[in-house]
Amino acid sequence: MDNHTIAHTEEHHVSLPQHRHHFETEEQQREAATFGMWLFLLTEIMFFGGLFMAYLLYRNWYYDAFVAASNTLNIGLGAVNTAVLIGSGFAMALAVWAAEVRKKGLLVIFLIITTLLGTVFLGVKYVEYKEKFELRHVPGANFDISRFVNPPADARDQQHLAPDMAHKTEIYFSLYFAMTGMHALHMIIGIGLLIWLTIRAQRGAFSSGYVAPIENFGLYWHFVDIVWLFLFPLLYLINIHPMH
Amino acid sequence: MTEHHPDPMNVTNPEHDEHHIVSPLQYTMVFGTLLVFTGVTVGAAYIDLGLFNPVIALGIACFKACIVILFFMHVKYSSRLVKMTVGAGFFTFLILVTMSLTDYMSRAWGRW
Repeated sequence: MDNHTIAHTEEHHVSLPQHRHHFETEEQQREAATFGMWLFLLTEIMFFGGLFMAYLLYRNWYYDAFVAASNTLNIGLGAVNTAVLIGSGFAMALAVWAAEVRKKGLLVIFLIITTLLGTVFLGVKYVEYKEKFELRHVPGANFDISRFVNPPADARDQQHLAPDMAHKTEIYFSLYFAMTGMHALHMIIGIGLLIWLTIRAQRGAFSSGYVAPIENFGLYWHFVDIVWLFLFPLLYLINIHPMH
Repeated sequence: MTEHHPDPMNVTNPEHDEHHIVSPLQYTMVFGTLLVFTGVTVGAAYIDLGLFNPVIALGIACFKACIVILFFMHVKYSSRLVKMTVGAGFFTFLILVTMSLTDYMSRAWGRW
């Protein structure tokens, strides 16, 4: 009789809706989810790592072409976008805090701010891509090397490249679009997830102690931030003063 | 364990009984630092420092990434398992990049 009552209470003290039965405790479940999320992020490091590796190598091989192509990017827009993305990450961090202290209203607001700033980032990226299409600096049949053979008077870099080296700027732009495009794709997926999380947050799914989805999405969002923190200096900044 | 727990029903914070909550003030300080260093890295890029331009730019990027990982991603307050996982991931990445670049640059495959 007595034993039965104890067993009954034991069963109940772990039976929160989010607790899956194959985990001993909530803490263990949370730890497993965080660990799993980080393992996923490690595969992402390797994925973007391959692109970074290719960039570093080709920059060494075709240094002059990479300098010339890099100097056609708009540093102002890149810097603004960096600040926007950091702001988005800050809002996401505050969203995790709001979920932890169970403030539903604040959580929803911070998730919306995160989404909006992410969208602003993509909007600025659209402006930058559009300029590349207009200048015919998108790799492919229409690629135009004339700006690199005969730089216009207003160009930041006045170096005249030989046509064979000027053709290598296409490699820079291939990597530019591959890296920023993959980054943007991650942001688009992230914004999709944010909308889904915002709807669930609005229904109160994360304001009663269950913060794991918010927390683990936060890890993803911050990881995408970190990728940009390296893309910005590598693609935009380090070629202003080339070494000859 | 459970019988000596101060909150046996685990009501106050059911999901994480030892979960550290980073305060908004701390997040704001990290945010400010990240913005300041974004300004610094743009400013430094316009000064001709020769070889040190990329070194400083990447150094600042690494510093910013570290504070994002430690505070925004809570790794400073995470278990040793998570710390090891994160460390191992970035360490492996560095090995792969260093070894690959060492190999490429020590051969006559390129333009040297």
